[in-house]
Amino acid sequence: MSTYDARFRVWRGDADGGELTDYTVEVHDGEVVLDVVHRLQATQTPDLAVRWNCKAGKCGSCSAEINGRPRLLCMTRMSVFTRDEVITVTPMRAFPVVRDLVTDVSFNYAKAREIPAFVPPAGVGPGEYRMRQEDVERSQEFRKCIECFLCQDTCHVVRDHEENKEAFAGPRFLMRVAELDMHPLDAAEEAGLDRRRTAQEEHGLGYCNITKCCTEVCPESIHITDNALIPMKERVVDRKYDPLVWLGNTIRRRKAT
Amino acid sequence: MTHVEREQWDVVVVGAGGAGLRAAIEARRAGARTAVICKSLFGKAHTVMAEGGIAASMANVHPQDDWKTHFRDTMRGGKFLNQWRMAELHAQEAPERVWELETWGALFDRTPDGRISQRNFGGHEYPRLAHVGDRTGLELLRTLQQRSVGLQQEDHRETGDHEGRLKVFQEFTVTRILKDGDGRVSGVFCYERESGRFLVLEAPAVVLATGGIGKSFKVTSNSWEYTGDGHALALIAGAPLVNMEFVQFHPTGMVWPPSVKGILVTESVRGDGGVLRNSEGRRFMFDYVPDVFKEKYAETEEEGDRWYEDPDHNRRPPELLPRDEVARAINSEVKAGRGSPHGGVFLDVSTRMPAETIKRRLPSMYHQFKELADVDITAEAMEVGPTCHYVMGGVNVDSETAATVGVPGLFAAGEVAGGMHGSNRLGGNSLSDLLVFGRRAGLYAAQYALSGVGGGIVADDVEAAAAEALAPFGSVSGAGGDHGPEEDAGPPENPYTLHQELQQTMNDLVGIIRREGEMAEALDRIAALRARARRVTVEGHRQFNPGWHLALDLRNMLLVGECVALAALERTESRGGHTREDYPAMDRAWRPVNLLCRLDGDGIALERTRTEPVRPDLLALFEQDELAKYLAEDELEGLEGGHGA
Repeated sequence: MSTYDARFRVWRGDADGGELTDYTVEVHDGEVVLDVVHRLQATQTPDLAVRWNCKAGKCGSCSAEINGRPRLLCMTRMSVFTRDEVITVTPMRAFPVVRDLVTDVSFNYAKAREIPAFVPPAGVGPGEYRMRQEDVERSQEFRKCIECFLCQDTCHVVRDHEENKEAFAGPRFLMRVAELDMHPLDAAEEAGLDRRRTAQEEHGLGYCNITKCCTEVCPESIHITDNALIPMKERVVDRKYDPLVWLGNTIRRRKAT
Repeated sequence: MTHVEREQWDVVVVGAGGAGLRAAIEARRAGARTAVICKSLFGKAHTVMAEGGIAASMANVHPQDDWKTHFRDTMRGGKFLNQWRMAELHAQEAPERVWELETWGALFDRTPDGRISQRNFGGHEYPRLAHVGDRTGLELLRTLQQRSVGLQQEDHRETGDHEGRLKVFQEFTVTRILKDGDGRVSGVFCYERESGRFLVLEAPAVVLATGGIGKSFKVTSNSWEYTGDGHALALIAGAPLVNMEFVQFHPTGMVWPPSVKGILVTESVRGDGGVLRNSEGRRFMFDYVPDVFKEKYAETEEEGDRWYEDPDHNRRPPELLPRDEVARAINSEVKAGRGSPHGGVFLDVSTRMPAETIKRRLPSMYHQFKELADVDITAEAMEVGPTCHYVMGGVNVDSETAATVGVPGLFAAGEVAGGMHGSNRLGGNSLSDLLVFGRRAGLYAAQYALSGVGGGIVADDVEAAAAEALAPFGSVSGAGGDHGPEEDAGPPENPYTLHQELQQTMNDLVGIIRREGEMAEALDRIAALRARARRVTVEGHRQFNPGWHLALDLRNMLLVGECVALAALERTESRGGHTREDYPAMDRAWRPVNLLCRLDGDGIALERTRTEPVRPDLLALFEQDELAKYLAEDELEGLEGGHGA
């Protein structure tokens, strides 16, 4: 096993401000960035704040930005960097800093509350649900989401425009609307709830201009834009009135051929 | 006097994993104002790591499955040490609990006729596990999370307040259960991780749903949260723990690279056809079928392979033995020099299924090995070895109500509760356990809380809890509690160092194979670590300070470690998740014996108790010959000619 010393720059500070701090830290074979952050805690700076849980890419806790790119610390292997590269680790930029790499992600929990829950179909009891595999697969893809909020962090609708946060649920929660809308047994419509209309009018679907940044950072490789957001846009409005949908479809078609 | 803010609730649930959220949903439904406290963000609980499925005898795939078969499998898996009434309730109620998830929006994989699909798993006679690929735990937790949010939305429509009846306190840690002057539960003391501020939640009923203890071991599939908090909180509050010697080492954790050592490789890999091979290419599990299971497992590779297609006329392959058997077998193969290059064995699906099937059925595993180990599991074998995964022991509870024994108002459900799984848990029985007993704990905690019991908080207890929590900043009297100054002499200690030493100790000396001398040494080392823990000192301030958080968690890990080592030393036999090299056989005389751990002053006191006799109609579900392999002599005598099943 080989080891080497890596150079890290980690953002340290809190809501009142902070700065990048330089560290030199040992790295072993096969390690991920989170291992190195943990070594910093254990050997150099025990109060370095970072969220993490599973260390296996399943819980979505250790979201941060590595060299400016939103990523999970536990799924970023050190081997993707050269040994002399300086690795910069900063907190997610779209959310207020609490301390060091920990941000206040309460925005996401507030948005989650604004999406009406699954509406069970009337007259279908527990144990009586029947759905075909091909019909549940679309929503199942979206339910792979580990709520790391990297898509929320990278989406430029809120990343650079704090003022949009009020009206825009962000890709994760627009995808949640799509998931419910595509659920084979969701009875929202029968209950008088138009998920498509609310997606546009209450959750800000129209702000999305399908640049696919969310899809690119998704650690679960969910096709957020192609499979959730664009189909929702198609369901919401007549396509001739939304040039972006037309453009999106054109791009998709080109890719497919 | 430290000023500590207080809030009043009916039920406080500690933990927001499957058991905690299911408890909270039920308590709120029963009319109790319910607070949930969790160490992480809402929705990150360890439940999301569960992969394979939820065991429930819905009989969607095999029509002969029923609760009795599930009960039998569970008792066999636990080597008959299970608290049988829990195993019975669990088997009976699991299907309803799964179906209920669908009414809350869960999307399980389907059978061709549109029902919930069920897969094979170790120790289960029929395909029984409801699943979503290999991310079933995430589906379960997200469904409960979204159901909780749905209830908050209902409350908001009715009252204008999302959190009046069900509130989640995320990133809070509970350090003490508070009691009134009569010894009944009256609330909890906790701190907010983000700010370090203290908070007291007053409530007549508290449900512990804190999960397990794996972070006391070096190689584990468990996350940082699994520091035995609920186990320690119960001990300190005066409730005993039962059978803490039983720790499940999952047979298949990743072994390479070192940084991922211990991360889980789901049992579904074997359930779906994956096989274990040693360095000689031999499917060694055929050499390790124990006598009690001889009639139920295939003797040849051909028969085992046929079973996947025709389970009614063939016996299952021994790769699907209960986890304790497979883990020991892997351990033996490695020890005999037939291991893989990085000290495990080979788990292969690449030669068993087409690449596309593997990617569809085991997407997380494909992803995990590709991303973390540069291994393409559709083209080559995985290297796997045992990893500390689950604790069968836990808080001693009443089977029906999940009430702890001895502390009125304290309940426990899920992994933190003991008894349900006996000496070894079957895969898939954890998620169903969370749902069945989470619901029961929430229901009975609400009934208890609303019955008008409960007194006030004792102010001195709040002061003491605050002082204990602040000790690592002053390091006069630290996380170990009150001690004389002479014991505290010595240099300040780093919590990370102590944690690593504890993990190494548990791993090396109280691990998968145990020996008397080593466990005695472990107890000595733990005692020394506890003394040093009193001098733990942390830098910085109270705002999101991981060093401080770890210093406080150390108390719990040390207490739990001592319980495991003490009980393991006492039980002079091998059974389920407890293997003694010096007592390698299961001893029927130990079948009716439970070992209880209680806090006694500064140390742990151990007590032997006799288990409640299994109800005759449940014993009648087994053949007499099979019972004779498990039950003690005096238990068998009582059965003579009793039933003719």
